[in-house]
Formats: sequence, C-alpha cells, structure tokens
Amino acid sequence: MKYQVVIGLEVHVQLLTNTKIFCGCSTRFGSEPNSQTCPVCLGLPGALPVLNKKVVEFAIRAGLATNCSITPRSTFARKNYFYPDLPKGYQISQFDLPICVGGRLDIEVDGETKPIGITRIHMEEDAGKLVHLDTMEAGEKSYVDLNRACTPLLEVVSEPDMRSADEAVAYLKKLHQIVTYLGICDGNMEEGSFRCDANVSLMPVGSDTFGTRAELKNINSFRFVKQAIEYEIERQADILDEGGKVVQETRLFDPASGATRSMRGKEEAHDYRYFPDPDLVPIVVDAEWIEAVRKALPELPDAKRTRYQDELGLPEYDAEVLAASRDIADYFDACVALYPQAKPVSNWVMGELLRALKEDNREIADCPVTPGLLTEMLKLVENGTISGKIAKTVFDEMYKTGKDPAKIVEEKGLVQVSDSGAIEKIIDEILAADPDKVADYRGGKEKLFGFFVGQIMKASKGKANPALVNEILLAKLKG
Amino acid sequence: MELHELTLHELHELLKKREVSSVEATKALLARIDAVEDRVKSFITVTPEEALKNAEAADQRIASGEMDMLTGIPVALKDIFLTKGILTTCASRILSNFIPPYDATATARLKERGMVLLGKLNQDEFAMGSSSETSWFGKTRNPWNLDCIPGGSSGGSAAAIAARQATATLGTDTGGSIRQPASHCGCVGLKPTYGRVSRYGVIAFASSLDQVGPITRDVTDSAIMLGAVAGYDPRDSTSVNIPVPDYRKALTGEVKGLRIGLPREYFIEGLDPEVKKAMDESIATFRSLGAEFVEMSLPHTDYAIAVYYLIATAEASSNLARYDGVRFGHRNQDARGLLDMYMVSRDEGFGAEVKRRIMLGTYALSSGYYDAYYLKAQKARTLIMQDFVTAFESVDVILTPVTPTPAFRIGEKANDPLQMYLSDIFTIPVNLAGTCGISVPAGISSGGLPIGLQLIGKHFGEETILRAAHAFEQATEWHKRKALI
Ligand SMILES: [Zn+2]
Repeated sequence: MKYQVVIGLEVHVQLLTNTKIFCGCSTRFGSEPNSQTCPVCLGLPGALPVLNKKVVEFAIRAGLATNCSITPRSTFARKNYFYPDLPKGYQISQFDLPICVGGRLDIEVDGETKPIGITRIHMEEDAGKLVHLDTMEAGEKSYVDLNRACTPLLEVVSEPDMRSADEAVAYLKKLHQIVTYLGICDGNMEEGSFRCDANVSLMPVGSDTFGTRAELKNINSFRFVKQAIEYEIERQADILDEGGKVVQETRLFDPASGATRSMRGKEEAHDYRYFPDPDLVPIVVDAEWIEAVRKALPELPDAKRTRYQDELGLPEYDAEVLAASRDIADYFDACVALYPQAKPVSNWVMGELLRALKEDNREIADCPVTPGLLTEMLKLVENGTISGKIAKTVFDEMYKTGKDPAKIVEEKGLVQVSDSGAIEKIIDEILAADPDKVADYRGGKEKLFGFFVGQIMKASKGKANPALVNEILLAKLKG
Repeated sequence: MELHELTLHELHELLKKREVSSVEATKALLARIDAVEDRVKSFITVTPEEALKNAEAADQRIASGEMDMLTGIPVALKDIFLTKGILTTCASRILSNFIPPYDATATARLKERGMVLLGKLNQDEFAMGSSSETSWFGKTRNPWNLDCIPGGSSGGSAAAIAARQATATLGTDTGGSIRQPASHCGCVGLKPTYGRVSRYGVIAFASSLDQVGPITRDVTDSAIMLGAVAGYDPRDSTSVNIPVPDYRKALTGEVKGLRIGLPREYFIEGLDPEVKKAMDESIATFRSLGAEFVEMSLPHTDYAIAVYYLIATAEASSNLARYDGVRFGHRNQDARGLLDMYMVSRDEGFGAEVKRRIMLGTYALSSGYYDAYYLKAQKARTLIMQDFVTAFESVDVILTPVTPTPAFRIGEKANDPLQMYLSDIFTIPVNLAGTCGISVPAGISSGGLPIGLQLIGKHFGEETILRAAHAFEQATEWHKRKALI
C-alpha cells in the first residue's frame, strides 16, 4: 500500500540568557560539574524559583517572529516525575496556558511555499545530566551534574503539518534561522542548544485519519532528522504492510546505524500530574511590552530577502545567500549603509570575503576586513585609484593586516596609472620592441591585442588603468 | 522576676538600660531549657554554643548603641526554618542529617537584628498534623498538662513559649499550625496574610497556604516579631511588595466602634461548652470596650476542610518529591538500583501521616481525577476567599473560636485522621482565603487547659487584628496565667 507520512516536530531551543530561568546562576557551557549551582537549581528544601524576565522577553520575540499570539496571562505548571537529573522531582514548565499560541512558519520545498502551523511555544527549565562511570576502584557509579539544571528552554511545538522528511528539514532550518536571527539561541545542535523530537506516523494515501505515531529523539543535526524520519517511514510501512500495528512509543535515533530503536523505561506512559506551580505568579504580558519587543525585533530572513531583491535589486541567489545568516546579513547591511551600491558589495561579500573566511574557518564577526575597510576599498576602485584586479591584492593585504586600504595602496605603490601620457609612453616602448607582432596584428591577427595588453600591464606592474590602455593601444595599432 | 519569665519587650527594656546582658538572659533561658526539656520536649536541637556566641555579639552591639528590638533576645525557631550550618530536619527522618548551606529569609532577618538562636523546635513531620505527634524525634507535650498534646504543627514553638524556654518563637501556619497550638498552650499566635512574610528557606508543605508567623507571650511581642520578619523578599515571587508598618503603633488600646463579625457557621452545635462560654465572655469584654457586633455568614465554610485536604496534599505531594535520597537527606545504602533507592529511602524516611498525604495529593492530581478533585477544590477555594472579601465590606474583624475543644490527650486522635483533621475547622478557611488571623488567650477550661480566641482580619489587615487583640489582652488577665511546670 502507499502511505502518506505525517510529521510534527517539537523543538527545544536553549536560550542565550546569561543566567538561568529561575535563579541567578550562570548558563555557561562546560564548567566544573556542579560549580554553577545554588539552592534553587539544586532543589534544596525551602528554595523558591524567581522568573528571569529576559526569558519571557525571548519567548515573546520567538512568538512574534513565528506569527503567534502572545498570551496576556500565562502560567507555569509543574510536570511531576522522578529522575536523578531532576532535582525537585518536577520540572517547571507551562501546560494549559503557554506564553505563545497559534503561530505559523512558511517553508519552501521544491519551489512551493507551504505554511506549517505552530501549536504553541512554552518556557521551561532544563534538567541536569547524569554521568555514568565504571572504574576499578569505585565500580559502576552514576554522578549528577546540575550545571545545566534550570537552564532556560523554549519548546516550540508544530502542528502535524509536514508530509515529508524534506518538509521537516525545511521547517527545522527555517526555525533555526529565526531563533539565531533573533539572537535568542546560539543554534548549536551538537551541544544540544537546538534539539528536535519528531512525531512520525503513516496513514494510507487519501485517508484523513492519522495513524499511531512514534516519537523520535536524539536527532541532533539536520541530516539526522532526514535520516531518522526516512528510516521511520520505512519501518512503519513494513509493519503496516505485514498487517501489524505501529506501537505508540519513544524511539531513539542511532546516528551510527541510521536506525531508530525503542526506548523503554522512564518515558513510558507517564502521568505527569501537571498543576499550576504555586511558587510562581502568573506572567502578565501587556500590549505595551509586546509592542516594545516587536519594535526591537531585527529584520527577519524572509523580509530581508525580499528587500534585497525588491529594493536593492539583487538577484535571487545573492539575496538568498546574504540573508541566510544574521551575521552575514548584518555585515552586508553595514557595507551598503556606507557604500550604497548593493551589487559590487554583494559580489565582494559573497566572493572574496566568504571564501577567505571559509579557508580560515573564521566567523564573519571576527573578520579583520570590517565593513568600513571593505567599502573604503570599493570607493578606491570606483574613483579609479586602483583597478579591480589590484583590489584583490589590497583585499588580501587588508585581510592579513587589517590595515586601511588607502594606506596599503600608498605603501605598496599600487595607485593606478591614469596619466595617458605615461601610458602612451609604455605602449610606444612595447610596440617598438616587437615590430613583427605589430605587423602581424595589422595583417589580421587581432588576437594579439591581448598579448600587447598583457605586456603593457606587466611593464606597468599592473597599475595602468586598463580602460585607458585599451583605448590608447587600439588607437596606436590602428595607427 | 526571673529572666526567662520576661516578655520580649520587657527583656528589651532591661537590655537597653543595661540592667541585664544578653549573655545573662541567654544563660537563664538555657538553664530553663535544661530544667524542663525532659518533660516538655519542645526542641529537636538546642544550640547553646551558637546562642552564647550570638549573645556576646549582641552585647557588643548593644554597647555600641546600635540596638534593634530583637538584639540579644533569645529566640527559637520551628525546625522548618533553614538555619545555615545548623541541623534542620522538619521533624522528619528523611532530613535527619540535613545541614543547610543557607539561611531562610526569616532566619536571616532575625539574625541581622541580632537575635540569639537557642535552637530548633519540634513540630509535626513536614508540618503535617495538629498535635506534634508525628515527629520522627518524638512527641512534644503541653506544658499545661503533660498528658495532652500542645497542638500542631508548630507544637514545639507554642510549648517552648508556654514553658518559658524561649522569649519568642517562630512557627508556620498552613491550616492553623500557629494559631491552634498557640490556643492550646495559652500563647499569642499570629498567622499573617499570605505574602506578608517570605517563604524562602522555609521547608514547603503547601506552597499556596504556608505562611510564617510568631508565637509569643503577648500581643506586643507578636507585633514586634511580625515587624522583624515581614516584608518583600525578591527571592519569593509570592511575597508582596508593600511597606511594613510599625505594628506596635497600631496597639492603641482603642476598639470603640470596631465592627466585629460573628459568623454563624463557626458557632455550631458540637462546640465545646467551655469554649462557647469563653467566646461569650470575650464578646462581652469587647462590647464593654465599645466594639459593635454584627451577625454574619461565611456561607462556604462547610467546604473548607475538603478543599484544604485536596489542595494542601496535592501541593505537598509535589513539594516532597525532592526528598529522593539523591542529593541530601536519608538514603538507604543497600538499595539495588534507582527505583529501589527511591522507594526504600522514601519508605524509611517518611512517617505514616506524610505518606498518607503524599498519596492523597498524588491521587487528587492524577489524570482522570484532576478535574473532579483539584480543579473543583480550586473553584471552591475562590468561593471561600470571596466569602471573606464580602464579609470585610461590612465588618473590620471576625471573631471565632480557634479550635472546637481545648487540647486533647496524646494518642486520643492519633489513629483517627478524620477527627484530627476536623480539629482545624476554624483556622483552615483563613489560609484558604489568604487573610490573617491571630489567636489570643481567652479562657481556661475546668481541666486547666487554655482556650483561645481567633480574630480574623482582611488581607494585610494585621494592624487591625493586633489592635483588637491587644485591647482585649489589656482588658483581661488570661495572658498572665502560666503553665505550672
Ligand atoms: Zn542556581
């Protein structure tokens, strides 16, 4: 039988706040175990949570950027279960009144735009982590590191609107782009700052009744999302083809084998006994706050792309590449603000700049060639001080030293020669040195024009203004 | 008079005039603890070294002229308050080895003012009880009659005041746990408005109901202690950011024209005749002082106990999940595997009443029962709160008994939880409504046991109930009677 896959994603977005969601401890990654803890995140008796307002602001940002409505009065709830990485025996999360509801993201797959519904976005605290050690002295032991406990997360829950692994990946990439653009998440999937669970089910093509779903966990790259979903589609199709039934369960993705396997134990059939957390007061978000956050929102990728094409007149490809990451777009925007000629800027950013950064494995934020330097250089090209060819030399030097382009041109004597008398003199010398070739050219071997240009540029150490060279040379040869 | 007999404000005057030192007063209290503790068992932990160290520091502070009302005053705290470096058990085996790394806000505020910490007081385990019989560390006795319970859960806090083992104490009140033992032990017990005193560092029983308050010898001391611990705390999101008045200034002795409500639901059949008589006499006293009485109704009173035992147990079932043997507290060392560790540690660590309430609360929150129990209880709670808000539109204070009977005998209700739960019928609605209430001595039964009077105020109406309680105290002698021990 032919099946239609139905996919919904739950994405955990770790927020880039300096401190945890309910205490003042640092959220820094990779410190000594349990060094970033306090009575609150250790769940000591008597300790009480106090909400970090920044987390609410970040949640509102995410909500607005994904077309959600912001709940004017939302509440925290306790999700009760026992596990050693969960110090209080409950996780503070949101349940019936999440901060954002009813949003939408538009994805593009195969040139088609498709809206994906966002059911809700809620705030919650992360758990700690367990470290299992098996040593000769101590035997098998488990240790608890609570540095990560109480780190702020957003959980973004989509509607089951995706119908292929590609759609799921497109949605995930889009969401990733938005949260990194918003500056609320570093987007690092390997370190778990952006992690995804996928609910996957099959139904016969043409049906509108969803099948039983499996929840896939531990898929921490875009590639694995595609792999895991495609594996799962095949696994469920095989079961259904043989007349079996898909079991509702949680399955772990194993990147090594590319397969998912059933995860029995703590995740099974839980009654979390959610109820409103009496230690926290309702989160009241008024229209004024929402407006303030909205005003401070950065321009989002879709809007940027459209603006690059419609207002700056860039080709679709350029707009796509430049808007793909907030850092590149910011760099580009800064350049255009200083030197409002989008296409040359785009050429340089997408060409030399990104190439150099890639070779160097460097982030654009750390680029030695600042937008100020790059645009200074473009101005030197425009006013004829240097040629486009020399500009590449200047760029390499700027990239190495961070020096001002005018200074580089001066120090290295790279100023373009636009004095027609001087150029004429060089041309005369070259032509006089090779009368045979001049005769050949005049006899019809017009390809020799390039040879002469080469000789002239070489003689001028590349500094001769190429347009002038062309013009004068042509005149002399036609002589 | 002996130093341990003095009220807080009396001792303060002597310290201020340098007629006695804090060290002398502290030694007197420690000696008194030594003399009677065997019989009363108010304390889980006595901290004589800490106390003398605090007293010396207080004397220096007094000498330097920077004295607070609390400076040099020997105080003891219910063992529910975290005290940095000092064993804090909540009367449970599961915390029988717990040395906190931080102070509760209430502890810290008293320390800043220069109190002398005598030790930690017994209570019902996790404050779950009305008799102080459920403590892992043994039962506290009523100093007025050692065969009787002192009340609970702050039984140690009340017994220590009645037995003159501390000049002032703090307790907590979730359903009557300050007012009921104060009533049974002839002390003044104040439950402030929810949000008035920080809960930070107070071991949680039921977060939406728990509130910190003093148990003292008289109303003036109660006002002083409340002023010392009240106020906004950024560490407690439910603490309310409104100024703390000088509560002593409210003690004008004036109740002329005060409108006192008598809710008919509280003067019911089955009320002990001696309690009824004490209430009638108290009403007469207030009348003679110029107060006016209004008959009134709190129509949803009947639901209070059921609502309380759903909400309090639901919150408790979650609050007590952190006692899992992983990071602190009792852990069974022979347990095989995680589940076993949880189950055996908790089975050994919690007593029967605590387990009963965890199970009740877990059930109330279970999927399929949540709407019928927890959610419905929350709705009824809103109605109960509304009763009080409406009532306070036409009265200033509500007068009721604190408990239906004087203190019962030890063991009498220990195996009858329902009877035990019913003994809090007059105090529980105040917690559900989140308002304030004070218990003041108002009689002695023929059996020689104290009887208390409850004055309930509106939200943040502490000044009014303190004023009324103080005027009553001035007009009567009950607070001067003492347990003969
Ligand atoms: Zn912390």
